[in-house]
Parts: sequence; C-alpha cells; structure tokens
Amino acid sequence: MNRSNRILPVYTGDVSGACSALFELGGMVVIHDPSGCNSTYNTHDETRWYDHDSLIFITGLTERDAILGNDDKLIRDVVDTARELRPHFIALCNSPIPWINGTDFAAISHLIERQTDIPCFHVKTNGMHDYVVGAGNALAEIARRFVVNKPQVKDTVNILGVTPLDYHQTEASGELKRFCDEQGLTVTSCWAMGSTLDDLARAAEASVNLVVSAAGLAAAKVLRERFGTPYVVGTPYAGGADLSAFRSTLAQALRNASSSGQCAYPCRDARPQDVTGTCFIVCDPVVGGSLAAAQSLSGMAATRVVCPTEAAPELLAPCDIAADGEEEAEAALASATSVTADRFYEAVLPEGATLTPLPHLAFSGRNAL
Amino acid sequence: MLTRLGPSVVNAGDVSSLAPFPSTLEFNPPVHGVWNIVHMGMLIPEAHQIYVCAVNCMRGVVLTAAEMGMRERFSYVVLKEEDITRGTVEQITLEGIADTLRKLPKLPPCVIVFPVCTHHFLGVSMARVYRELERQFPNVDFIRAFMDPIMRKHLSPDVRLRMAMHDPLRPCDPDERLVAVLGSDFSLDEGSDLRRVLDAGGYCLTDIQHCSTYDEYLALARASTFVAVYPNANWGAERTARRLDRRYLYLPSCFDYVEIAAQYACLAEALGLPALDIAAEIATCDKALLAAHNEVGDAPIAIDASAHPRPLGLARLLIEHGFNVTEIYLDAVSPEETTAAEWLHDNAPQVQLSSIVMPDLRVAPRTRDREVLAIGQKAAWFTGTSHFVNIVEGAGLWGFAGIRTMADLMRDAWAHEKDARDLVPRKGLGCPSCF
Repeated sequence: MNRSNRILPVYTGDVSGACSALFELGGMVVIHDPSGCNSTYNTHDETRWYDHDSLIFITGLTERDAILGNDDKLIRDVVDTARELRPHFIALCNSPIPWINGTDFAAISHLIERQTDIPCFHVKTNGMHDYVVGAGNALAEIARRFVVNKPQVKDTVNILGVTPLDYHQTEASGELKRFCDEQGLTVTSCWAMGSTLDDLARAAEASVNLVVSAAGLAAAKVLRERFGTPYVVGTPYAGGADLSAFRSTLAQALRNASSSGQCAYPCRDARPQDVTGTCFIVCDPVVGGSLAAAQSLSGMAATRVVCPTEAAPELLAPCDIAADGEEEAEAALASATSVTADRFYEAVLPEGATLTPLPHLAFSGRNAL
Repeated sequence: MLTRLGPSVVNAGDVSSLAPFPSTLEFNPPVHGVWNIVHMGMLIPEAHQIYVCAVNCMRGVVLTAAEMGMRERFSYVVLKEEDITRGTVEQITLEGIADTLRKLPKLPPCVIVFPVCTHHFLGVSMARVYRELERQFPNVDFIRAFMDPIMRKHLSPDVRLRMAMHDPLRPCDPDERLVAVLGSDFSLDEGSDLRRVLDAGGYCLTDIQHCSTYDEYLALARASTFVAVYPNANWGAERTARRLDRRYLYLPSCFDYVEIAAQYACLAEALGLPALDIAAEIATCDKALLAAHNEVGDAPIAIDASAHPRPLGLARLLIEHGFNVTEIYLDAVSPEETTAAEWLHDNAPQVQLSSIVMPDLRVAPRTRDREVLAIGQKAAWFTGTSHFVNIVEGAGLWGFAGIRTMADLMRDAWAHEKDARDLVPRKGLGCPSCF
C-alpha cells in the first residue's frame, strides 16, 4: 500500500509551506495546532529562523478547547498579540483536529480583522497535504488580497515560487534576479524572498510572471485572472547545473509571453515528450523539468521527471511520472540506471543505478544543507 | 538584566502560583537540544518506531530519525483526508503498520507504535489494532505509545512513553544486588554518587544506556530495585515497579543539600548501605562552588528549565553561594520546586522569571549590557551569550557530585566561549547526529 513508508522521509507539509512562503512579508502566521507544527517547521524546514525574527506562532490548542469549540480563546489570543506586535497581516493556518471539527476560519478571520483593523485571512491547510499546496495557497492569497491594479510597465517581471524549500542555496534568489536582469527584465517582486509586501503589492505592474516552482503556479493563475498577466513556467537555476541552452529558451519564452500575452511551460514543452529511457530526475517538476530540458537541449540523454509532490498535473510532460509516497517512487525508479535526486533516494534505487545528488530541503531537511 | 516586565516576565517576588505566565499564542526558539519521543524510543536496542499521522505531523519525527542517522529504525504510515471522511483510519492504521513490518528486511523484536491526536478524536480502537498486530506478528513486542500533544488534560506523550517503554519487561526472579535506573535519557555520570555508594555497598547499577541488545534491555527486569532520577520518569517507573513487584525509589536530581542528604538516607535504609559523611560531601561542594565563584564573580547568570528540571533550586544554591543569578527561563514552576520558588520569593525577589514561549519574546532584544553566563541552551539564545553550560535535561548529574560537576561546568563555560549559532539548533544533545 502506498501509505506505508519504510525508509524515505515525507515531504514538507502544507502548514510549513505556508509559513515558508509568508516568512519575509512582515505578517503574523498563526497555526491552530496544539504543538509541534512550529517546532517541525523551524527545525527542519526553515533556514532563516535563527537569524531573522518572523512572527510565526501556534495557538497551543487543547482537547478541551477543540471539543467545546472555544474559538473565543483563539480570537482573543490572536487579537491581543496582533495589537502588540502590529503585523502587516494575519494569516491563519489549520491543522488536522480543527479541520476535523470544521472550525470556521473564514468567520474567525473576519472577526479578527474587524477587531484589529489588520488584514486577516485563512490559508487553506490542514496538515494533510504537502508544501506545494500550502505555499501555493499562501501566495495565492497574497495575490488576491494585496496586489493592487496598476498599469503594466514594459519589460518587468515577477518571480513566483521562491522559498528555501525549493531554493535553499543562499545565492538562489539573487541568481534568479540576475537572470531576469540579463534578459532586460526589471524584477518588480520576488515571491517571496528578498521582497517586501509592498513590492508584492505592485505585482500587477509586471508584464510577465516567471514561475520557478510548483508552489508559484497558483499565484500566477490569480494574477492572470485578475490582471491578465501571462506567466512562463521554468527556472534558469537548478543548483549550479549547466542550463545555458535552457536559459536562452526561457528568456525567449518570457519575451514571447510579454508581447503576446500567452502563457508558456518551457520546463514541460522544451524537451522530448515521449521519453521511455532509464534516466530520471526526482524533485519539484518545474526545477526538474527545467533541468531535464536543459540536459536535452545540451545533447545529453533524455530524462523523465518523477514528481513526488502534489504539484499541478499540467506541469508534467506525458513521459513524466507522479509518485505519491515511497512505494510509487520505488516503482517509478525500478528500471532506473541514472537518477538525479536528493541523496536520500539512494535507499530505494535499484542495484547498479547511479545517483547524482540534487539536495532538496523540502525532502531531506537540514540534511540537504 | 532583563528590563522587560509584562506578562512574559515577572519578578520572583511577584510569583504566587505555579503558572506565572498566561496561556496565549506560543513561539518556538531555534534551540533544539532537548530530546523528543523519537530520541527516547531509539534508546531501546533493536526497536523499530512506526508513526501513523498526517504529513505535517510526520515531518518532524521522520527527520529527527534521519538526523540521527537512524532512518532504518523508523517507518511511518500517512493518514490522508479521505481516510477521515471515509472512516477508514483504523483500517489504514492496522494495514499500514502490518505492511510496513512486512517490508522490513528483518522483523524487529520490538515495535513502538505512535498513533496521534486524530486517533483519539475519531475513536479509533487501538486495542483492536494491537490485538490484530499481535496475532499477525506473535514474536514482536508492540509498545503502545502516542504522539498526541493536544491531550493536555492528561500526562504528556513524553511521560507516557517513559512508562510504555517498560511494558516489555516481564516478571522474573529478582537479582538482589542489581539496581536499575529507569526512564532517564542520560546515564548517570560514571563518577556520580549513586554509582559510587552502590558500588561500595556491593550493588551493580544498570540502565537502558548500558544495553546493546533487546535481550539485555529485557534483563533490566531482573533488578530488585528500580530508581527514577528524572521527574518525567517517576510516573512510569513507579508503576513498572509495582507491576513487577520491585522496590522503588524516586530520587530526583536536585541542588538542595538537605534533600540530597534525605535521598541518601532513604537509599541507605532501603539497601542497607553504610552512612555517607554528609558534612564532608557538603564541604567539597562548597569548595567547588567557591572556586567557580572566584572565576565567574558577579557576572549575571541566566538559567533555563531545559538544562535541568530544577532551575529554581539551582538558582537558590547559586545565590546562597554568592552568584548573581538574574534571569530564569521556564514555562511553569514545577510542583517539585515550590520550596525553591518560595525561597526566591522571600530572599531574591528581584530575580526575573521569563517565559520561553510567549510571542513578544520572538522580537525581544537578545543582547545584554554585560556578558552573561548561561546555564542551558535557551538561556544562551535569549541572552545572546557565547558563555554557556551546554546541557539538557539534567545531563545525568546527581547528588553532591552533580553539584560539583555543575560548578566545574560553569567555570569551563565562563573560561571558554562556545558557538551558539552552530550548537543549539542541533537536535537531541548527546544523541547520534549527522551534524
């Protein structure tokens, strides 16, 4: 059964994904949870916790409050803390027990916002999905609530889906911005590392959005719906691999999208669609697809992407494989001779297969650093 | 010295209850040296741990095992939304655990199973799950643990695990000369008083840390006397002793000369040991503390409850020996510390007690006017010092020797800086670690 896992770790959960996406925006994230969610997040999934103060808290939910529906305490505690710390916004995250109880976060958010005059919203999480869902929903909420309608500025771009979970290398966000600069595109905002909430609020000015991870797609779709901004899915950065050919493809896709208004998925489409070989990449499908496309464009062996997260199926090429859990990942890699993946995957590779390490914080946590 | 005074900081002179801080939102400092239930479970040799929960809850425990380099002793079953909406959590739990065990290269002799809050709320019959697992795997001892932090009316998962870990110990003939310490994360110091006096009396002292096989672990049941020295171990060790019809002594690690002397008297009476020269022991403690004070002087000292379960008692001892204790970090006052709390209230009312988790501490200044000597990782982080005693959970200190060791650790910490940024984010101080 695909629920039992013998040795591979689980990917970062949705609550941690939401926290990671919102970490640098000056808000206050409150996880309605007894304990553990915050510790798990800041121990294993957050490389910035020691050096940067971010207002991420748990409510310390007890069985008595959960059973008796004591939402008043949750509201009072959030309101009191927000009045003291004055965050730019308040984001409420759910966890399994309040989800089972059907806690009405929409109403609670409304009450808190009315009492504090601070924007308050619910990020759809329940602890049962992976970080792509949580980070995606968090960034989508920012796109819905904070981005204001402004005239588009030519040759500008937002970079969507940058968190340490997929881009833990300290130079990653700088590299992404540098790539855009080199293409003559001014970066309006980077969602959500190295930019402020005010920067993100100006995102409607951008003429195109660059989606660099599956976690950025939901926000891109909101911005597309609200402002018509086209998006391009792919990353020029994948841990230092030689992506020069793909960088050119991606740059052209950005220019085309900016002028035509059409969205594009070069991480999926700029590579062979009917690969049946034994070379695989296991990681986020945007990062993995971009790497596969780069390898293909460079004349290397065609590679298939194994997507181990809840990323949108549209990010995968027909030859790619969605793998839910250890058993499906092991089956997907059963014929592998060459695998690029986090080194923890070594435990499920078939005999003789070679592993090229691609550290992934959202998988092996601090072991990836 | 802290200057904040408000809900998260109170003067010892103003403390009037065991819960000096209000219940509100909580944050988590980036300090991870204390053990969690994964670390504890790994103490049982050859045991395999299986957790059954949602991914967000799973992440912390599975990576704890990974950071210990012990992924092969840890497996899990993922619960999803449809299991809850379709009412199949019990079935998935049973089938998932069984499937996991069949996938292992070798069946372990002992499996520690951790259901979660969800199992309580959905009324899952874990009794049925264990009954069926024991039918399918008759040669495996299934330990009934829980990871259910929402259940705060009851004992914590930590306390219950320390009890459950002893359930495999079976009735057997006792060895009258064998004494076992139960429920501690750390073995007592080789030079600890307890080892010393038991050795002198012809007794052998053992504990889980000295077991390298599961059979050796089961042999702990042969001890005629069980001892607990860590507060969270008391509940389970006492019940285990009662179940196995063994003598039981609760001798908690502390910093009070009178209490330690009483513990020796209790031990001597129970085991027929010769009396200890208490006055001489106290004199050597005083000497060690004086030596430490000569070096530390009036430097401000901050203590946190993760370093030792008796932070207030330690503060009292240090103040009585001339040290300048200024801050104590804790979540609540332990019932075992009411005497020390009252002493601080009356004799050192200016000492500040600070919460560890209240939200304003996330943005509170973490620098002090003077260099602080911290005892504990959290005190080090909150005060921004590089001079700290790097211990958690009492570190196996016990008795008069424990006081002398603490004095030596303070001298060393004051003389030598440590890199807090590197050390305190590591999980499970003293456990195997990849970092």
